[in-house]
Amino acid sequence: MLSAVSTIASSTLVALAAPAGGDGAHGSPAGEPFGFQHPIRAAVESTDLSLAQWIVWLPAISAVLCGLYAALGVKNRLPAWTTVAALAGSFVIAVLTLMRLDPTTDQPVVVHLFDWIDLSWSSDAGSATDRWHSLRANFALYLDGLSAYWIIFVTLLGTLIAFYASEYMDEDRGIGYCRFFAGVSIFLFAMTCLVLGENLVMLYLGWEGVGLASYLLIGYYYRKPAAVAAAKKAFIMNRIGDVGLAIGIYLIWLEYGSLQYDVLFDALQGGDAGAGQYDGWAAALIPWCLMLGAFGKSAQLPLYVWLPDAMEGPTPVSALIHAATMVTAGVYLIARTMPLFLLNQADGGHALEVVAWVGGLTALLAATIGMAQYDIKRVMAYSTVSQLGYMFMGLGVLSTFGACYHVLTHAFFKALLFLCCGAIMHGFGGQLDLRKLSGLRRLKGWRIVCWTMFIGGLWLAGFPFSAGFFSKDEILAQAFISPGVGFRALGWIGIVTAGLTAYYTFRVWFRVFTGPTYYKPEEDHGHDDHGHDHDGEFHPHAPGFRIKLVLVLLSIGAIWLAAGYFLSGFWGTQPWIKQAIENSSAGTGLQLFPEGAHPTLFGFDPHLSMYFVSGSFGIVGLGLAWWFHCVNRKSADDLRNWMLSRRWIGWLPKAMERKWYVDEIYIGAIRFPLWITSQALYVFDRIFVDGLMVNGTARLPRFAAEIFRPLYNGVLQGYGASMAGGLALVLAWLVWVWMRGGI
Amino acid sequence: MNLAMPSLLAQIPTEMSPGTLQVVMLTSAVLFAVGMIGFLTRRNMILMFLCTELMFQAAAIAMIAFGRMHLDPQGQVFVIFILTVAAAEAALALGLVVLLYRRKPTLDAEAWSELKEC
Repeated sequence: MLSAVSTIASSTLVALAAPAGGDGAHGSPAGEPFGFQHPIRAAVESTDLSLAQWIVWLPAISAVLCGLYAALGVKNRLPAWTTVAALAGSFVIAVLTLMRLDPTTDQPVVVHLFDWIDLSWSSDAGSATDRWHSLRANFALYLDGLSAYWIIFVTLLGTLIAFYASEYMDEDRGIGYCRFFAGVSIFLFAMTCLVLGENLVMLYLGWEGVGLASYLLIGYYYRKPAAVAAAKKAFIMNRIGDVGLAIGIYLIWLEYGSLQYDVLFDALQGGDAGAGQYDGWAAALIPWCLMLGAFGKSAQLPLYVWLPDAMEGPTPVSALIHAATMVTAGVYLIARTMPLFLLNQADGGHALEVVAWVGGLTALLAATIGMAQYDIKRVMAYSTVSQLGYMFMGLGVLSTFGACYHVLTHAFFKALLFLCCGAIMHGFGGQLDLRKLSGLRRLKGWRIVCWTMFIGGLWLAGFPFSAGFFSKDEILAQAFISPGVGFRALGWIGIVTAGLTAYYTFRVWFRVFTGPTYYKPEEDHGHDDHGHDHDGEFHPHAPGFRIKLVLVLLSIGAIWLAAGYFLSGFWGTQPWIKQAIENSSAGTGLQLFPEGAHPTLFGFDPHLSMYFVSGSFGIVGLGLAWWFHCVNRKSADDLRNWMLSRRWIGWLPKAMERKWYVDEIYIGAIRFPLWITSQALYVFDRIFVDGLMVNGTARLPRFAAEIFRPLYNGVLQGYGASMAGGLALVLAWLVWVWMRGGI
Repeated sequence: MNLAMPSLLAQIPTEMSPGTLQVVMLTSAVLFAVGMIGFLTRRNMILMFLCTELMFQAAAIAMIAFGRMHLDPQGQVFVIFILTVAAAEAALALGLVVLLYRRKPTLDAEAWSELKEC
């Protein structure tokens, strides 16, 4: 029985995979191998690095333990320390792995953990050994420059944020505390699976895992309707992208015969890429499907709307989502499958250009929204969307190094900024409105938050010689170099956005930390009631030691990142990160172009002139923020009122405050038609299906009964009379027949 | 019907004359009519029951008459069955009447029309 099934299955699959033997109809011209300038080397299987499996297992163990604590009713901080210890352990092992691996070489290593999906079949047409007759997706780790680099900051930031949360979540100690840290552990487990996975199925496992964990954590305050709605929104928006990714993975298996990176890259370089059984359209579709998945997970146009709402969760969760996990997954996906995109470009496809343009437009749009928001966490959320836009722009203009480096720097300063916002929210009774907070710089115990947030702001604003400055410039400069439709315009969009970024970041900082000191708690806050004294007056409570420690560590990390990049340039070698990325499968981009022959900006190499151009835009934005929100706050209101009073420009501040009406457009274009359709179907169902078909049939006997019912009047004599009458009728009929001589 | 004892058959008188049959049938019909009229006009449950018994007996007489006419014992056999059933039914019916009388101290059949529709 089983063998019969497998025979049928194999014959079908062979039929699908049969054209594999032929030369690639699609892909490189004339059957020549596609020339990656920088070859991706085949992975070696190693047992030396089997330690690396604990990067994945430790968060999983921690998640299980936290669940156990919840069942046992643990009331102390044990879940927090378990999670912090597990994540710190992951980080240490990640560093050890990195040191043993040396990602600056281009040798990927595969660490096999256990067989997960390992199928192969044979038939007359082929053997069981080639990739067309197998489906392999084992639980194995693929360690190269990209994944090793990525896992370092994921685990480090996870550790720091969990440590911060151990204090931040103190009020919820008990089952909520366990639930929170279990969620964080699941998040990190999923993210490590996603990053370290050796095949696309493992990536998909992690991909869905972070989606689940984000849903659980955004909806942490499940009694709050806004949080529940935000959780659902995040989950549903992500599903749209995930459908794209799932189809993309399926098409990759169909077209290239394998989901293992190693086999896949080998096939791509071998030139037999794309089985071509669909005349190439399926292979051409793959980058677009992957792109959709990445846009959903990394909050790009048009699927970004879930991310700003996701701040309904506890602030450490926002930091986790915005900085280390979740949103960076989309960037990782495209960086990881970069060879497919390069193939598309070599084929004359426009996938990379679309990635770049979507990124650039998202960056600009989100930055303009961020300029007009009053909720400081919401400003930071839009800035994340905007910065992710830069990363996609970097991927699109083939600066995978810029994109990956920006992910790293952004992870640090955005975690820092979010955690500062969390400290403010925590200390001021849930207040996040920058109009109701001012001059916190002078309050006792807030100095560290003030200056670490200043550093985070500078880094986000791309202030000269900050890490954000270098990573952003890398992307922007490449936009002026790479050939592509309108990439120069895209570069200018990026530069303008850099100015806007500096403005909105420091709008928050100047409003909250400078000026006259006053503050008001949120009116209906239930988060932290002990801020009130018995006389009802509000006293903020300054963050404790652990929160401050994390903030300081993050700022040191952010500063160090800049120094590291800068110094390595002086040493005349490539920066370490650049080597790691360029030597991985993601790094084939820049070599596609001949050195030295690239365009210039203002007569200089764009990398050089960008230092001045984007730096000066950033400083102008910072200066404007300083003028409007520190020196002369009234002028900002005056400007706004002036704009509102003019018909030709009055729509602008309104539209920016209402987030360009994107949510309203979604409601109008998608929700409302769906609602109308569902209402129409509901009415049809009630009237036709339920009313006519089901109940109508049921009523038929009743209507018939209605006719005969008066006969049953309960008078016994009546029944007797009708019986007698009936008898008489029968007799009369018989007599009539007899009279006619019938019988 | 093929009878087993032809000697007995010899003792049975000859067939009934149609005139006699007519008289007996008339008696039966009158009895039936009396029973039916009684059933349709009286409200007392015991009387109504007695009227049904009358109709029963009318049918029984008719059967005996036809059996006698055709010299066929089937008619009498039927009547014996009818009497047995009538006896059992009488016991049952009178029992029911007693039970009903215990629930409502009346013998009026009109009192038991609760299941009627409107």
